Amino acid sequence: MAPPRADRVFHALADATRRDIVRRALEGEHSVSALARSYPMSFAAVQKHVAVLEEAELVTKRKRGREQLVRSNVDTIRAASGLLEALEAMWRERIDRFGEVLADQRGEGASS
Amino acid sequence: MTVTNVHKDPANLSLTITCEFEAAIERVWQLWEDPRQLERWWGPPTYPATFVDHDLRPGGVVTYYMTGPEGDRPHGGWDVVAVEAPHRLEVEDWFADDEGKKSPDLPTTTMRVTIDERSGGGTTMAITSVFPSLEAMEQVLAMGAEEGMKQALGQIDEILRADA
Repeated sequence: MAPPRADRVFHALADATRRDIVRRALEGEHSVSALARSYPMSFAAVQKHVAVLEEAELVTKRKRGREQLVRSNVDTIRAASGLLEALEAMWRERIDRFGEVLADQRGEGASS
Repeated sequence: MTVTNVHKDPANLSLTITCEFEAAIERVWQLWEDPRQLERWWGPPTYPATFVDHDLRPGGVVTYYMTGPEGDRPHGGWDVVAVEAPHRLEVEDWFADDEGKKSPDLPTTTMRVTIDERSGGGTTMAITSVFPSLEAMEQVLAMGAEEGMKQALGQIDEILRADA
């Protein structure tokens, strides 16, 4: 993932409405007005959420007539999620090794 | 040894991993306290760690380097924030230049370790890492987790499902 937008991704995903927008728009394009009808908030508020997601490159927007169509950007989502996955994997491996050293009854200062 | 819980918090850029060991709490603490035992598990086999300074007291500094397959030697270190043997350790984990000097421009990661005796015997250890940015996560991975990166197959749903 390109560094400049990195922090924005998690910030954008920290909001429940925005996560829901991303989820819906993963299944296909949704117009901003259709999205706005799904939430108990104004069109402008939803538009703002979409703008935050767009800045984080979590969604892309295109125009069709007077409509604005939103679609999720799978690559960005995968990258953000992948970082936490990878860190979990790193720690799992570390803890595996921790367990091995623990179990090594040679214990204190033994050289391997 | 069992990992009993993993909590990924994308909003706060943190990861907590909890595990249980069939070992006494003092023995678990030794693996942090003794640099020779610490270096046996800190780095992956492809990048084994060597701890140089190891002053595990509040205000103390721990330094280490890892040796890569090409002979490359990334350096890092900890500023020790809190120590309560054998229960608690908190450090700021940082990156260093080739001489082992802390790089002021690179992000630091907060690492908090809590270790407790289980009532039924054995020991529970929880490690929380708090990252200042996604870049910091990437750097940590680049330094310590070759295998981790390989396993970084994105699970789109997981991050999206978080307390939805």
